[in-house]
Amino acid sequence: MSTLESAQLRLESSPTSPAADVLRPASPRHSLLVRISHWVTTVCFFALLVTGAEIIASHPRFYWGETGNVLTEPLFKIPIPSSRNLVPTGYGYVLPDQNGWSRALHFQAAWVLVLTGLLYVFSGIIGGHFGTDLLPKKADLSWRGFAGVIAHHLRFQKSDEEDAWSYNVLQRLTYLFVIFVLFPLVIWTGLAMSPSFDSAVPATVNLLGGRQSARTLHFFVSIALVLFLLVHVVMVWRGGFKSRMRAMITGNAPAGKESK
Amino acid sequence: MRKLSRRKLIAAGLTTAAGVSAVGVAAKLAQEYGLVPPDHGGLYGPGETLTYASLRLLTRHSLAREFSRSQISPRPFPNEIAPLSDEFKRHQAAKFVDWRLTVDGLVDRPASFSVEQLKSYPSNSQITETVCEEGWSYIAEWHGVPLRYILNLVGARPEAKYVVYFSIEPDWWESIDMADATHPQTFITYGMNGDALPVGNGGPLRMKLPRQLGYKSVKFLRHLTITDDLKKFGKGLGSVSPETGYAWFAGI
Repeated sequence: MSTLESAQLRLESSPTSPAADVLRPASPRHSLLVRISHWVTTVCFFALLVTGAEIIASHPRFYWGETGNVLTEPLFKIPIPSSRNLVPTGYGYVLPDQNGWSRALHFQAAWVLVLTGLLYVFSGIIGGHFGTDLLPKKADLSWRGFAGVIAHHLRFQKSDEEDAWSYNVLQRLTYLFVIFVLFPLVIWTGLAMSPSFDSAVPATVNLLGGRQSARTLHFFVSIALVLFLLVHVVMVWRGGFKSRMRAMITGNAPAGKESK
Repeated sequence: MRKLSRRKLIAAGLTTAAGVSAVGVAAKLAQEYGLVPPDHGGLYGPGETLTYASLRLLTRHSLAREFSRSQISPRPFPNEIAPLSDEFKRHQAAKFVDWRLTVDGLVDRPASFSVEQLKSYPSNSQITETVCEEGWSYIAEWHGVPLRYILNLVGARPEAKYVVYFSIEPDWWESIDMADATHPQTFITYGMNGDALPVGNGGPLRMKLPRQLGYKSVKFLRHLTITDDLKKFGKGLGSVSPETGYAWFAGI
């Protein structure tokens, strides 16, 4: 299905002007599978974020180790009101309980995200997406390479045409970190909170130092993912919102400058 | 419009047919092996079903983690409960001497047990963690009789698929499949940390399933019924939890 589609796109998107031919590779900027998995992940991530916040509201206290409850000392508290009146928050009111649908949507979105992620990772390994698009080039993995990219960013220089077609070394490392470190960690720490899953694979929670540590780590990894999202959106904005969005929706990146 | 080639059309047709029949076969197999939860309908049904089916396959016999005595929480947190009924208070005033746990349904010998009778059976204990869906947890030692011991006493019939269990308090009931009902750590508990089970923690009798979240461990247990069909109970979703938006299977 996806190979048929991308072959079709390749034909359809062949540029009309011969000058643009040099800049544009024959294939789309993002393959159909990358585009679909990107937007499915986007929807799931927002669902997980909103429902995760709702679940935290029922107990906005975090602990370290195996156990923790309102009778034990927290590692830290989040200064928000709670949806349960047994939690001492300092607020004089209790939020409405939203945990039922929040938990159901949290896990359903997690399922879709994990299945999409597996499809993306396996096809990315087989199809060479990671090898060509995300693994840093050897030449870029030097202090000079990093310094160049960082200096470019610090001077707030406009990205050139080529940047619309490939990632620089910082982008590559960031995406790899998100895909192969943060997402696996958030899944692991989430699974570690399942008492059933832990019964089958106790190391899931034991290696993290206990159930409450897993919950606290799940929170921090989620925060890291949100920080990535913020930077990601700002960078898309600075790189040219319309053209970057078009590239991730239709697969085509325009060769010319974006008209604002 | 782009033209569809014949080859593409045949490929798409075959893929769709294969996809539809694969889903059909999966659904049939899942139904047959008891991998479909009673609350599989509705918007979040697919997620509930995937979770229940995969965890049921993965955890049919696995044991919840047990801890050492030194890890027992100094103060086991009694979660909030609705104001207790007059009926419960009468039992409480009489020190639960007339409390009975009745067992009926698909059994050869329906019976009712006093707390003392339950205590006379071979006692078991487990040091496990109680986990609330809100996020907090504590470790305690629980004393009780495994549910499967009681199921053997009353002679649960082979066609039994679920055990439905009720609190004395209204609108408080749950159910579990036979894999959980016959699991060695599924207890009818009457004691905690060497003492009688405090009322705040569910005394005189509480169901205890350490592999599921706390809300499946119904407090003030009074009635068990063994069935092959959950549709007969409440709104037919398996327990009161799905009726209020919570999952029937609480292993996650």
